[in-house]
Amino acid sequence: MSTNALTISEVDKIYGTGSGSVHAVRDLTMEVAKGEIVALLGSSGCGKTSTLRMVAGFEDVSRGSISLAGRRIETLPPVRRNVAMAFEGYSLYPPLTVRDNIAFALKVARLSRSEVDGKVVGIARLLEIEDILDRYPGSISGGQQQRASLGRALIRQADLYLLDEPMGQLEPQLRAVLRGRIKHYIKERGLTAILVTHDQTEANALADRIAVMEGGVLQQFDTPAMLKERPVNLFTGTFVGEPPMNVFEAHVKGDDRQLSLTLADGFSLNYAADAFSHDVREELLKREKVVIGVRPYAVRRSAEGVPATVSTSQWLGDQTHIAADFGGHLLVLVEHDRTRLAAGEAINISIDPHNLHIFDLAGGTAISHGMELA
Amino acid sequence: MDHTSPLETIFRRVALGVILVFFLFPIFWIVLMSFQTNEQILRIPPRVFFSPTLSNYKALISGELITTVGSLKLTFMHNLWNSFFLSTTSVLVALVLGVPAAYAFARFKFRLGEDIAFTLLSIRFAPPLLILLPLSLLFNEIGLSDTYIGLIWVYQLICLPLIVWIVRGYFEDISPDIEHAYRIDGHSWAQTFFRIAVPLARPGIAAAGLLSFIFAWNNFVFALILGSADKQPVTVGALAFVTAAGISYGQIAAAIVLSILPTLALALYAQRYLVEGLSLGAVKG
Repeated sequence: MSTNALTISEVDKIYGTGSGSVHAVRDLTMEVAKGEIVALLGSSGCGKTSTLRMVAGFEDVSRGSISLAGRRIETLPPVRRNVAMAFEGYSLYPPLTVRDNIAFALKVARLSRSEVDGKVVGIARLLEIEDILDRYPGSISGGQQQRASLGRALIRQADLYLLDEPMGQLEPQLRAVLRGRIKHYIKERGLTAILVTHDQTEANALADRIAVMEGGVLQQFDTPAMLKERPVNLFTGTFVGEPPMNVFEAHVKGDDRQLSLTLADGFSLNYAADAFSHDVREELLKREKVVIGVRPYAVRRSAEGVPATVSTSQWLGDQTHIAADFGGHLLVLVEHDRTRLAAGEAINISIDPHNLHIFDLAGGTAISHGMELA
Repeated sequence: MDHTSPLETIFRRVALGVILVFFLFPIFWIVLMSFQTNEQILRIPPRVFFSPTLSNYKALISGELITTVGSLKLTFMHNLWNSFFLSTTSVLVALVLGVPAAYAFARFKFRLGEDIAFTLLSIRFAPPLLILLPLSLLFNEIGLSDTYIGLIWVYQLICLPLIVWIVRGYFEDISPDIEHAYRIDGHSWAQTFFRIAVPLARPGIAAAGLLSFIFAWNNFVFALILGSADKQPVTVGALAFVTAAGISYGQIAAAIVLSILPTLALALYAQRYLVEGLSLGAVKG
């Protein structure tokens, strides 16, 4: 018996047949450990919801296998998979009150009335919907319906909890509070959960590991920190992080003493050769051109840097976002102090070599992060 | 808030009145006729005031029509029962067959699905007279002519397409995720269908059932050809009042009043229910 709760193995999902078919999920393999919270992160149509629905049993698996708690489940009907799910569209039963909707999920568990009542009130308190328990889904707001739907999923005893955009409709303050509570609730009970989201703040806050998907392909499956520090390719690099990573194409030139990355005439980032490991240097010098990426937080202004021209500067209350023209490219940098810069003002930019992410020009796969090979 | 001007209000009421009179006057007149003797009805000019008589209803209910020529046996009450029995059974059969079919068309994509659904609908395009001749020959052959079963079967041509197409629309409006939620909480497909899908589509099922009941009730030509006096509904039975001694308008009027009562009662009852069901509107979330 492995410690994996869920194993998705070489799964494909193809909708339709022939020329009109859509390959929604391609050769997806991932493992979720027991007690882990995993987020499927990606933009619309990336295959994350298809994946969730295949695990739940609402979509057939075109190829591959899915195992949950040591059982093969891809051909079982939803009722026999023992998973709980909160739906993006809430899907509450209109003729039942919120209380009954939540309690309904426990019907199969055959608990005593008082036990059910206690559980419902407990979860309702957690989600702050105690005062609307006796109202009908039609008469409460979208956010309240969403919490009721979440309650209906979390109250159950299941091997896996599937949460489809569980907090999309909530107000920001409430969202922050509930994120913490739900994470605590899941962790305290050692539950395993997969959440689907396109909100990276939510994924970062809730998930132990994040699976970034694009075009039906799993791009990277890693902890939030690793996704930021060591993105495996250009897609994850630019998708994860707010504001997004700055990327530029650059010519590589170098010898024994120095290495320069040239964006355009007169816009070169020059580094001493020993700023990079030998292997990195060798990899880079094999190529004429690479893509370099740098997080907005890692861009520094310094007197001896490369010149750039400020185009806008915004104080967001806790940080300044500065957009600058950098050798014909847009560069965004973030500073934590309030910086007053006028449009058109000249600044000098420098980037520490250990903050550089370098990607292959053709495939977008990462070559190096900082001084190390990817 | 009311933004309508007094003039508009008045105009609206007048227009409503005109429409009501236009549609309800014939029925009102028939109700009046049903309480008059043939002589009173045929008076020229007709009068609104008369001394009412219950003789028409008596004749219908007792089953004996006294004419100048002699007395005539009437099977009207039996016809009324036939109408009731045929329509109710046909609608029930059509609901049992049609609601699951509608669900299948709404939820599942299968080969030829659209074609089958459209074929069902196209049955309603075909003029009944076109299929009657082959149908009556066939029914004679297999011994189904002049049986309730045969008529109920033929009535499916009327009821089934209506039910399938109306109820399908309702099923399509229900988010499949509501059913998914129910299934993932540990219920089988069948439980989901009966406990979630059907109750949520109930307004649609009621509307479709009501409509097909009225259509079945009003059917004339199938029953005329495929059933004998014994099995005929009121629509055909009313022909009996066209006798050798002339047309008994009074009895026809009384027969009409009696035969619209059940559908009227059903419509009034179901209307309240329909409005309630439709205004619930919480299904789409």
